[in-house]
Amino acid sequence: MYDHIIVRYGEIALKGKNRKGFVNSLKKRVKQVTTDFQGIIVTQSFDRMVVKLNGHDPDPVLAKLKTVFGIQKLSVAIRTDHDLEEIKEKSLELIRDQQKNGIKTFKVTVKRPYKQFPHRSQDMNREIGGYVLRNTEDLTVDVHNPDSELRVEIKSDGAFISCDHSEGAGGLPTNHDNKVMLMLSGGIDSPVAGYLTMKRGVKVEAVHFHSPPFTSERSRQKVEDLTRVLAQYGGDIRLHIVPFTNTQKTIQKEMPDNYSMTIMRRMMMRITERIAEQTGALAITTGESLGQVASQTIQSMNTINEVTNYPVLRPLISMDKVDIMNISRAIDTYDISIRPYEDCCTVFLPEAPKTRPKREHANKFEKYLPVDELVEEAVAGVETIIIKEKEEEFNDLL
Amino acid sequence: MIYLDNSATTQPYDEVIEAFRKTALDYYANPSSLHRKGGEVERLVRQARGSIASLLQIDSDEVVFTSGGTESNNLAIKGTAFEHMNRGKHLITSQIEHASCMESFRQLEKMGFNVTYLPVGSDGQVSKSDLAEALTKDTILVSLMHVNNEVGSIQPIKELGTIIKENSRALFHIDDVQGIGKVSLPIPDTVDLVSYSAHKFHGLKGNGLLYKRRNVSLFPLLSGGGQEKEVRSGTENVPGIVATAKALRLYLQQSQSNSEKLHHLKSKLQNELGAINEVVINTPRNSAPHITNFSIPGIKPEVLIHALEEKDIFVSTRSACSSKTAEPSHVLTALGVSNARARSAIRISLSFQSTEKEIEVFLVELKKAIHKLKQVMRY
Repeated sequence: MYDHIIVRYGEIALKGKNRKGFVNSLKKRVKQVTTDFQGIIVTQSFDRMVVKLNGHDPDPVLAKLKTVFGIQKLSVAIRTDHDLEEIKEKSLELIRDQQKNGIKTFKVTVKRPYKQFPHRSQDMNREIGGYVLRNTEDLTVDVHNPDSELRVEIKSDGAFISCDHSEGAGGLPTNHDNKVMLMLSGGIDSPVAGYLTMKRGVKVEAVHFHSPPFTSERSRQKVEDLTRVLAQYGGDIRLHIVPFTNTQKTIQKEMPDNYSMTIMRRMMMRITERIAEQTGALAITTGESLGQVASQTIQSMNTINEVTNYPVLRPLISMDKVDIMNISRAIDTYDISIRPYEDCCTVFLPEAPKTRPKREHANKFEKYLPVDELVEEAVAGVETIIIKEKEEEFNDLL
Repeated sequence: MIYLDNSATTQPYDEVIEAFRKTALDYYANPSSLHRKGGEVERLVRQARGSIASLLQIDSDEVVFTSGGTESNNLAIKGTAFEHMNRGKHLITSQIEHASCMESFRQLEKMGFNVTYLPVGSDGQVSKSDLAEALTKDTILVSLMHVNNEVGSIQPIKELGTIIKENSRALFHIDDVQGIGKVSLPIPDTVDLVSYSAHKFHGLKGNGLLYKRRNVSLFPLLSGGGQEKEVRSGTENVPGIVATAKALRLYLQQSQSNSEKLHHLKSKLQNELGAINEVVINTPRNSAPHITNFSIPGIKPEVLIHALEEKDIFVSTRSACSSKTAEPSHVLTALGVSNARARSAIRISLSFQSTEKEIEVFLVELKKAIHKLKQVMRY
């Protein structure tokens, strides 16, 4: 029945001079995610894009479009010619289909940017609404809170009728010049932080600290898998794997037990800043949420943050764990995050980490640590891999 | 050789065998092992699952790997019955199901479940009013075959699903072992479980799939290490899974380009069979393009099969799974076919590789065989 999907972008339509850039990157991404559906055509006008399905089932295409940041609303639509009778017929057909889903009330919204069409919006509104009411049962009009909104848009290339609207991913389309380094541990929080950062139009690269043999191949795999899920929302992602064994062992040996976690975090922050510098990332994102664990008290943040003057973005800072878990389930990272492998944060976790570390103490202890050497060594050993949106490793077998 | 028994099983594609060989040889680690080799195989299984899911337009976590159509049907039916028995003990199916469903229901009856076996019309379809009437608040499952394996009749799944969901809380299971790729069925919202078998689409025996809608819970029939998200324990048959993914992809590609040819072959076959005096066609009018069932009353089908076999032509009597019983086919009986006719049924089942030439040769040899046999035997 449906032959088009209408893509509406809310926020970016307002962005003044930057609008064009935003719309272009959005269109590029929309084309990218629909490339597997042969014959699909994407066209664009001032405040929306139209995806012509060319015979494809709308559902799988819709599922793809729902991963694209910058899209506010998605509607599956039928196109007709500029013919009032046909518009009425198709409107009725759509509403009848909606009745199968149990709708009891509806309203009609007509927009007529194509003024050559002879009928005025108000008249059409009445005409179509009346026609639908006469030909259906158990259906009434509710203009304030309808179960279904029948939208009819008269454009120069035809009339588009839709009444099945769904929410897009929201946010802003990715700007590849806005690069941010995400510290990705493998837990539940950091992928969500990455997702929320990407949502604001940012291109993310990820850093992961790997301490073989204390952390296994499986825990590295877990991080690669999480990165691949994130890549569904913004395209391929560069993942920097930092060899961290030596740093952790040295901290373990030289630093007091209750400060080892704080100092490990400071080392991670230093290394991440260096990688950010090299790749042109302008900020660091973490999955910290205030008060969640020892390293995330306000005192800890103060002490850890001391070692960098890069902006540290903490999109989860005020969220409760349940809210974070809900997002994590919605974006499909949860099942991967709960795989039970040790990561670099848990494997050396001391019995009683300091919850209120102080900058001066951390600095005093670090005098006995070869900080610069360890950072140099770690940065020099970084392995960078590109995690592709599509997994292609075994394509020949499948 | 002319192989016209594709509903019994199909010849695996070369590429499928190659994928199996390579996987068995190179990726033999256990996907649950913690080491790198295990991780690699786990990725392979995940990618195979993803590939199958996207071909069937479902989510990856809705694919359960099984050992074949029989296991998929058993898991769907008994798994639902055992999981939801505290909600009710009534089950609904039809009289023309495959043995793996039929026998599951018989077992459940012995355990205290109540089963309604809906009758079918001469078109092989259950009546909508029968279904609506049979549904009660105790009904926990309706299980129906999409395309019948003996006659090729098609159940109107979409409409029946709406009736089930409007009138009950029952789960809806589809046996789509015969229909996949031949009779298009994008899985409707009303369907919760669907069974598939790899060797019916040029994959390998010992491999099956069960589509299980998200949030549908089943009682596992195999318990152990918790593979397949706890639904089906047992170390994954990795080479078989890879081979299944390969087969499904190639098969659905063929399905797109050869669907018309299959319909053409079917009408040619049925027109010419219909013109033979001794032949009665049992397959209903609106049916799957690959199955044609007919009878030659008076001639024992076994004899005819062996006569054709001498000419290197392979057809079958009925479902291979029930061909060892002497009873007339329960499917044909349910369709209202007389005993004499039901006893003398022959099934032709095509694949996308079948050619017009093969059909022509088959028809010529069939006519010769009928002519010869008519003179020597009657019963």
